[in-house]
Amino acid sequence: MQKMPAWAEVILVPLISLILAAFISALVILAIGENPWEALKLMVQGALGSTYGWGYTLYYATNFVFTGLAVAIAIHARLFNIGGEGQAMLGGVGVALVCLYMPWPHWTLALVAASLGAALAGAAWAAIPAFLQAKRGSHIVITTIMFNFIAAALLNYLLVGPMKPTGSMEPATTTFQPGTHLPTFQEMFSFGDQVLFRGTPANVSFFVAIAACVALWALIWRTRLGYEIRAFGHSEPAAKYAGINPTRIIMITMLISGGLAGMMAINNVMGEAERLVLNATEGAGFIGIAVALMGRSHPFGVFLAAILFGFLYQGGAELAFWTTIPRELIVVIQALVILFTGALDQMVRGPLERVFFAMRRPPKPDPRKVRTEATE
Amino acid sequence: MTQADDSMQAGTAADGTVPAIELKGISKAFGPVQANKDISIRVMPGTIHGIIGENGAGKSTLMSILYGFYKADAGEIWINGKQVQIPDSQAAIAAGIGMVFQHFKLVENFTVLENVVLGAEDSALLMPSLSRARRELKQLAEEYELNVEPDAKIEDIGVGMQQRVEILKALYRGADILILDEPTGVLTPAEADHLFRILEGLKAQGKTIILITHKLREIMDITDTVSVMRRGEMTATVKTAETNPTELAELMVGRKVLLQVEKDVAKPGARVLEVKDLHVTDDKGVERVKGVSFDVRAGEIVGIAGVAGNGQSELLEVLGGYEKARGTILVNGEPIDLTGAKSDGRSRRRRGIAHVPEDRQREGLIMDFAAWENVAFGYHDDPKYNRGILTDNAAIRADTEAKMKRFDVRPPNPALPAKSFSGGNQQKIVVAREIERNPDLLLVGQPTRGVDIGAIEFIHQQIVALRDEGKAVLLVSVELDEIMSLSDRIVVMFDGRIMGERLPSETDARELGLLMAGITDTDRPHDAAEVEAQLARAGGSAAKEV
Repeated sequence: MQKMPAWAEVILVPLISLILAAFISALVILAIGENPWEALKLMVQGALGSTYGWGYTLYYATNFVFTGLAVAIAIHARLFNIGGEGQAMLGGVGVALVCLYMPWPHWTLALVAASLGAALAGAAWAAIPAFLQAKRGSHIVITTIMFNFIAAALLNYLLVGPMKPTGSMEPATTTFQPGTHLPTFQEMFSFGDQVLFRGTPANVSFFVAIAACVALWALIWRTRLGYEIRAFGHSEPAAKYAGINPTRIIMITMLISGGLAGMMAINNVMGEAERLVLNATEGAGFIGIAVALMGRSHPFGVFLAAILFGFLYQGGAELAFWTTIPRELIVVIQALVILFTGALDQMVRGPLERVFFAMRRPPKPDPRKVRTEATE
Repeated sequence: MTQADDSMQAGTAADGTVPAIELKGISKAFGPVQANKDISIRVMPGTIHGIIGENGAGKSTLMSILYGFYKADAGEIWINGKQVQIPDSQAAIAAGIGMVFQHFKLVENFTVLENVVLGAEDSALLMPSLSRARRELKQLAEEYELNVEPDAKIEDIGVGMQQRVEILKALYRGADILILDEPTGVLTPAEADHLFRILEGLKAQGKTIILITHKLREIMDITDTVSVMRRGEMTATVKTAETNPTELAELMVGRKVLLQVEKDVAKPGARVLEVKDLHVTDDKGVERVKGVSFDVRAGEIVGIAGVAGNGQSELLEVLGGYEKARGTILVNGEPIDLTGAKSDGRSRRRRGIAHVPEDRQREGLIMDFAAWENVAFGYHDDPKYNRGILTDNAAIRADTEAKMKRFDVRPPNPALPAKSFSGGNQQKIVVAREIERNPDLLLVGQPTRGVDIGAIEFIHQQIVALRDEGKAVLLVSVELDEIMSLSDRIVVMFDGRIMGERLPSETDARELGLLMAGITDTDRPHDAAEVEAQLARAGGSAAKEV
């Protein structure tokens, strides 16, 4: 069976899903008595209409790129890592350990060290479910979910106990060492009087996220390891036949996945809060699942999907601020996008495939047939 | 094809009876692929009509249309002179059509009786249906030699009997027309003979039988009329008595084919593979290989014959490095690791073992990967496929293109995913990858399963060519014909043990068939029931494998 062209698969399917989600969202907004067109304008204006809006959109997007990539690489090995949330929390602990107790001469060094710390902590958190999956056959979906709760509890313990400064009433660490401050977009892109991205949290880790996309793309499609990961993900019996060790692939993939999720902390913990607080991840680990699904587990798709979800986050916040549309409805809109792009995309793909078949229907005269007739 | 028209006319005109089945101008397309093109066929009542064709010729599609699985784009179906619509299988059953699938659709832990009744219960209470079925089963068994044990569980009976249950299911539902899709694929020769006797009996009672197969011998043995399909078209319908295997093969492939492998006498050299007292236990703790010893020399092909599920697959998996075992295996005189870190496919390849696995779609290929990615599969560590830490995709593509040309893979496009090639071309990709490694030992499992005749010929030639270069080949196949024509020595396995070793020139299908059923005193005459009992004794384990 021939499928539709690649461009339709990659662009048209998500686009139609998105339009459907937007349409249903519009109906919901209409139902509560607001104007959907105005709402859309507000969202676009608020999220993309100014460098201020972009500063937030890209900040959120950076979080989602890391968690989205984490889910994506695991999907290539047919592992469903929904522990991005917990791994990102632990990544925060890794960043905090690097940034709290050591003086750093320059932010670049601090960034490298913090990235390593975040990745190591996230990877370590993913390593336990990975080991249980590889050696004991415990389902990774179950174990990674459970590890999210354990991570939350662990973070709680650390922030009311060992990592809390004495005398403080707040479950948070002290502010990081001054040398660990990452340049924000405001500092990077404002020249003279013209201040861009004023007061927004977008920072240099956005570029780390882009680099991670490129690196992961190369890993998946240009290295032996990526080849083995994909082979394992497509067929475990075939991987065994080829001499690919399943345990090794599960462990390595989950370490990379956990590491990527953990690296989100350089954006939200190091770049924005500059200290570790409770619930720093704000559900970005779960958004990563939707981002990876919508991005078809391709790093560039993940990047685009992350921008979209960044837009939804920031646009949604603006909407809640300026209209009577309650904050909960924003979550509904986001959920609709996830539903349509992630869960229901077969609903779009099926009819679309038929449309493409219909367009191709009149087949060329079969050259073989001509030949048979000629021989008679 | 005038010949076809003549015989069809003759069929109707001679006695003036109405065809049991008449298909007129059936066409069916799947997207751009035309699976059936304007197919017309008449099947006379009380005959056995064979439909033969290569894989992908459209036989199964045609039968699926007749059985209501697919809806034809165009064309008419006439049953006993009346035009009928068959939107689903219920309608097909109502029209008196029964189908026996290649892969049985039986509930393993139900009894024979329960399986027969399943879906045809007359009332909410089960007992009346069961007792009625028991009576009918008894009657059918006597009438057609369809002896089964009504209270045996499916998982405990042999494949041959399972197939009879499928036939009974169809008859119980009142089928007058029986379609059998590749029915002998899983049977020993003795079981196949038994099946053919049943079919003869059914025919004598006036039932109409359509037999789909790719085995020419079966067509010649049992059918009255045969239709040949090629590339979605019905190329000929002839009386079996008026044709011969060579002509049919030609009609199927569209060119002349060699049905026999041409090879010189083997010149065996040093022992390449020595297997000593090998035991394999599967995950469930069942011993599948029970102390097997044999060897393969350079320059010879050793064939392992056996009904599927008698330990051959496990043997290949151990040799291929993805199953643990106890015992000793020497390759070129050096032992290979059977349990430790070096018992994996990678280490085996380094020792000069190449492996064409039994199930190419599950193991040998990654169906979603492009052809070029599959050509590197298992050999992706090879320096010529890599540049530093990155893979050299251009080099792999170039190598794939060359291999595709040498092995005549069609279409020769390295970028197409493996799943879009036909079975034969998929297998050529695997064979090209493994043979061109120039291994000391080639393991080949079911090299031509689901492969069309043209490709079979080619693949056999390649295996013989490798042998002639002085390499050792171990062949595992459930196709006895293949074993007999390709092997220089034949080892028969039954229930995890070796039953005997024969030279192809000094044995025949009958003797091998008995050995495959675990009967070693092959000089004594044996009847089918004994073979059957013996096979069933070997355990449901063997049956379940298939």
